Amino acid sequence: MKARLRRVGLPYLLLLPALALELLIHLVPMLVGIAMSFKQLTQFFIRNWSGAPWAGLGNYRTAVDFHAAVGQALLNSFLVTCSFTLLVVGLSWLLGTAAAILMQDAFRGRGVLRTLFLVPYALPVYAAVITWSFMFQHDTGLVNHMLHDQLHLTSGKPFWLIGGNSFYALVTVAVWRSWPFAFLCLTAGLQNIPRDLYEAAALDGAGVWQQIRRITLPSLRPVNQVLVLVLFLWTFNDFNTPYVLFGRSAPEAADLISIHIYQASFVTWNFGSGSAMSVLLLLFLLVVTAAYLFVTSRRRGAHA
Amino acid sequence: MPKIPTWFRVTRWIVLSLLMVFTLTPVLVMLSSSLKPLQDVQGQWRWIPSGFTLRPYLDIWHTVPLARYFLNSLIVATSATVCSVVIAIFAAYAVSRYRFRGRRLFTVTVLSTQMFPGILFLLPLFLIFVNIGNATGIALYGSRAGLIITYLTFSLPFSIWMLVGYFDGIPRDLDEAALVDGCGPLRTLLRIVVPVAIPGIVAVGVYAFMTAWGEVLFASVMTNDDTRTLAVGLQSYASQNDVYWNQVMAASLVVSVPVVAGFLLLQRYLVAGLTAGAVK
Repeated sequence: MKARLRRVGLPYLLLLPALALELLIHLVPMLVGIAMSFKQLTQFFIRNWSGAPWAGLGNYRTAVDFHAAVGQALLNSFLVTCSFTLLVVGLSWLLGTAAAILMQDAFRGRGVLRTLFLVPYALPVYAAVITWSFMFQHDTGLVNHMLHDQLHLTSGKPFWLIGGNSFYALVTVAVWRSWPFAFLCLTAGLQNIPRDLYEAAALDGAGVWQQIRRITLPSLRPVNQVLVLVLFLWTFNDFNTPYVLFGRSAPEAADLISIHIYQASFVTWNFGSGSAMSVLLLLFLLVVTAAYLFVTSRRRGAHA
Repeated sequence: MPKIPTWFRVTRWIVLSLLMVFTLTPVLVMLSSSLKPLQDVQGQWRWIPSGFTLRPYLDIWHTVPLARYFLNSLIVATSATVCSVVIAIFAAYAVSRYRFRGRRLFTVTVLSTQMFPGILFLLPLFLIFVNIGNATGIALYGSRAGLIITYLTFSLPFSIWMLVGYFDGIPRDLDEAALVDGCGPLRTLLRIVVPVAIPGIVAVGVYAFMTAWGEVLFASVMTNDDTRTLAVGLQSYASQNDVYWNQVMAASLVVSVPVVAGFLLLQRYLVAGLTAGAVK
C-alpha cells in the first residue's frame, strides 16, 4: 500500500517545486492583478493595499474613455503598438525566411555566417540597444553622419530618439533583435524537407522560384504557424527595447503599450488603473491568440 | 544535387551581404568605439579612429560602480540558473517518464505563463513582495532573493520543455535496467539519466543564464542601489552629465562577453533545443 502510494505520488512530488514557483510568481500575481484593477489603489494604499476602497469598473471606464486624456493616450499607445507589431513581425519574418532559404544549400562560409547572424539574439538586450542609441545620437551618431555628411540624403541632421522619427528607429532596432530568431526556427524547419523532393521537381523542369513556392513555403507552414504567434506576442509586449532606447519617457510616436502602462503606474503610483490597463491588454492578447489559432488550424485542416 | 542558377547565386550574395552589414554594424560600433579616445566619440562619428587606447576599459570601473553591478548580476543569474536547472530536471523527469493525471494540464499551464505580458504581473508582484516584507520581515523587494525567484520562473517553462524532449530521447531500457538492479527512481534519475543528458542540461543552463542576465523590466523595479544589476546599472552611464560613449561601449562589450561566449560555444545544443518545439 505504502509502496503504491509512493509510486502514484512520486511524479507529483517531482513537479511540486516547479508548480509552486509558477503559481507564486505568475498565477497568484495575475489573480491579484485582476482584483487590483477593481480597486482605487493609489499611492496611499501601497503598504496596505487590501485597505484601498473598491472602484468597481471605474478604472476600466477611465481607461476606455477615449474623449478624456487618459483614454486617448492609451488608445494612441495601442495604435502605435499595433503598427509597430505589424511592421516588426512582417519584416522579421521576411528577413528570416529570405536568409533561411538562401542558405539552404551549402556554400563556403555558411556555418560562420549562420553563427554571425545569431549574434543579435545572443547579446544582452541592454548592451545591444544602448549601442543603437549611440548610433542614433543627433551629433555624434553613425546614422546621421552617414545619411547627412556622407550620402547627403537629408538636408539637415534628423532627430531619431525624439519626435516622429523615433518610431522608425524603434522598428529598426526591434527587427534587428528579432529576425535572427525567425531565421533560427525556419532553418530548423527547412532541414525536415526531404532533398529528393527538390530533385524530383528539378527533373520535372521546375525552376528555383517554383520550387520555393511549391515545395519550400508549403512545408514551412507548421513552423510559421508557431513562429508568427511567438513573434507577435514578444513584439506586442516588448518593453526592453523602448525602455533602453528612450529611457523612462518614450516619445509619443514610439509609446509602446508596456512602456505606457509602466509609466502610468509608476509615475502616478496609481496601480489600480495600471492593472486595469494590463487586464485589458491580456484580454486583447487572448482574443487575438485564440482567433489566430482557430483560423490557422482550420486552414491547416483543410489543406491536409 | 540540382544545379544552382547564376541569378540565384548573385541574389544570395547580395542579400546575405546586406544582412551581414545590418547585423554586424552595431557589434563593430561597440568594438571600435570602446577603443577610441574620448575626443573621437564626442565629435562627429569617425569610421577610422584617431588612435587606439585601452583607457575606457580601465575607466569604466570608476565612472559608475560597475563591479558591484557585475557582481550582483553574476550572483542573481548564477543562483537563478542553478535553481531553475535543478527544478526543471525533476519536473521534466516526471513528465517524460510517468503517465499521471494532470500531466497535460501541467505542461499547458506552465507553457502558457510564457505568453503573459510581464507588465501584468509586475505591479501585483511588486505589491506582494512589499507586503510579504511588511508582514514577515523577509525582504523580497529590493533584495537579490526576490529577483532570483522571479528570474528562475521565467526560464523554467522553456527549460522543462527542452529537457522533456531531451529525456524522451534517452532509451527507457537504461532506467529500467537500473530499477531492476534495485535503484530507487531518484537514484536512477541522478545516476543514470542525468549523466547521459549533460549536453541538454548545459544548454538549458545557458538559456536560463541568458534570460536572467538580460532581463530589464523587473530589474528596474525590484532592485535598489545595493542590489542593482547590469541591466539597470549600464544605463547610469547615460544619466551622467557627460556621456562617455567610449566607456559605455567598453562596458557593453564587457557585460556581453560571458553570455555571447557561452551561447556561441553551445550554439548547436541550444539551437536544437530552442527550435525543437517549433518544428514538432
